[in-house]
Amino acid sequence: MDLGELASCLGSASCVVTQVSAGLTIGLLIFLVASGLTLIFGVLGLVNFAHGTLYMLGSYFALTAYGTTGSFLAAVGAGAFGVALVGLLMERFLLSRIYGTDVLMQLLVCYAIILILDDVVKIVWGGDFLKMDLPDAFRRPPVIIAGGIVPYYYVILFAITAAIAVILAWGMGRTRFGRTVRAAAVNPGMVGALGINTTAVFAAVFAIGSLLAGLAGALSAPIRSVVPGAGVSILIESFIVTVIGGMGSIWGALIASLLIGFTRSFGSIGFPLFTEGMMFLMMALVLLVKPSGLAGKPHA
Amino acid sequence: MRTALSWRGDVLVAALAFLALAVPAFLLGLPSVLDFVVRFAIFGLLAMSLNLLIGTTGLVSFGHAAFFGSGAYAFGLLMQSGGWSIPAAILAAMVMTALLALAIGALCVRLSEIYFAFLTLAFQMLIHSVVISWVSLTGGDQGLMGGIPKPPFLGIDLGNQGHLALFSLFCLLASVVALRQIVRSPFGAALRMLRDNPERAAFLGLSIFRYRLAAFVIAGTFAGLSGVLMSLYVSGAFPTFLYWTTSGEAIFMIMLGGITVFLGPLAGAAIFLVLNDRITNITEHHGLVMGTILLLLVLGLRKGLLDFVVDAWRERRERRA
Repeated sequence: MDLGELASCLGSASCVVTQVSAGLTIGLLIFLVASGLTLIFGVLGLVNFAHGTLYMLGSYFALTAYGTTGSFLAAVGAGAFGVALVGLLMERFLLSRIYGTDVLMQLLVCYAIILILDDVVKIVWGGDFLKMDLPDAFRRPPVIIAGGIVPYYYVILFAITAAIAVILAWGMGRTRFGRTVRAAAVNPGMVGALGINTTAVFAAVFAIGSLLAGLAGALSAPIRSVVPGAGVSILIESFIVTVIGGMGSIWGALIASLLIGFTRSFGSIGFPLFTEGMMFLMMALVLLVKPSGLAGKPHA
Repeated sequence: MRTALSWRGDVLVAALAFLALAVPAFLLGLPSVLDFVVRFAIFGLLAMSLNLLIGTTGLVSFGHAAFFGSGAYAFGLLMQSGGWSIPAAILAAMVMTALLALAIGALCVRLSEIYFAFLTLAFQMLIHSVVISWVSLTGGDQGLMGGIPKPPFLGIDLGNQGHLALFSLFCLLASVVALRQIVRSPFGAALRMLRDNPERAAFLGLSIFRYRLAAFVIAGTFAGLSGVLMSLYVSGAFPTFLYWTTSGEAIFMIMLGGITVFLGPLAGAAIFLVLNDRITNITEHHGLVMGTILLLLVLGLRKGLLDFVVDAWRERRERRA
């Protein structure tokens, strides 16, 4: 624990810039995963315990696509759309059979999926730590803002994730599909009675949620090591985000993701051993004071 | 009077079960059989304790291994510190696990359903990461090394495999009798009402929070005991004990055996261990096979094996009547 160092960092502009950029990047990556989790929960009433595994799969798809084509765009596309396809198959063949059943069933099916996918990944890619090389186009000198060093890739990441967040907010809030999805979350029976194919809406929402997880996995492949079972820690982080922000709320998820991102980036200076504990402490506080989360509606 | 009789009946059945399991195991005298008995006792107790939450109270915990692992670490650390007799250390480890369950439960049981499952998972991972990073106390990644001293007490030497098998079996059966008493008591009936109709229970003046918390602490304490047995068995304590996969395995066992049948988790634990050993012998792709079996079971039967058998038997009897 070194709070003096944290205070001196907060006193210098360069250190604040570096840590804020790191916090934003971490936070927005978590947001991509958490927004998918919260979207799926809000509409399908299902907590996808295998969401972190989809994130991991996104990293592996990106790794292979980058290895064969050498294109960063192809890598991100393979991660996002490959995982969306996996998610779609998962929803159609497995999860759609257990809608409306109890939590135990959801948990067991997701647990089985995690077991299977972790093993499939081990068979295809092996059990060792892998890392995706940073594309040459991004190997540029870091951007310097007010004396603070911001890696060039972080700037790219920030641009992509911020764009996705805006698209997501616009898509959910302003488009016909977004309104249908929000209506299906409240009253799927009514939406179905109005002639809308709710089965297709559910499948689409699950695919979009999976796509976001796969995208986050692909984007993080160059900066985080890729290993089977890597999904659990991001799953827990996204869950903490959804609890703090409120299950089902995209805006809550955004605020909470940034909160977690900053806790991690500044915490690594001030209290490196306690950053994880700090996240849990925030979650516990929210649960005690406002159990529905910062932006969530009250739940049973 | 009736409860007293059923209490004696349970003890009698447990004593008979003890003889029925212990005598053949000893007549065979095979180390592999004794080994299986110990593992059966450990995981059977873990699954039985978890089912007090899942089956009886309707709280699906995905973090039960937190208490399993804590029991193992607490016991291991106490024994390594010296000066503790085994029974005293077991009791102390169970008390510590109970306190931990009280703290975690006080936060988790406020929320029901999916939130509860996720929250227990999250706290388990927190404890896991604390154990991993607190290297000076727990040995971190490596686990609690150096072996656990097992001074004999009352003529029982737990360093001896046979003694350990008998002792584990005794702990299992004593706990099963205690759990059965709890499930059949008015307290147990209240837990079932909380599971089936929490609003009604609240209208009748039951404190949902207190009853759920009590169930959580009891389940955690028994999980702690099974963790103690585990640390005696492997003579150490390892971070995998507290990892989420251990919780997943415990739920898997319950699902294999049955949720509605009291002894279902015991059957599930036995099936799981046999399956596990077989699959490990045949293939290294253990998760792939176990995951597929679980999927078939959950999507096909939609209940545990014993649940299925009992339901089929009831249906048949009703059709005859």
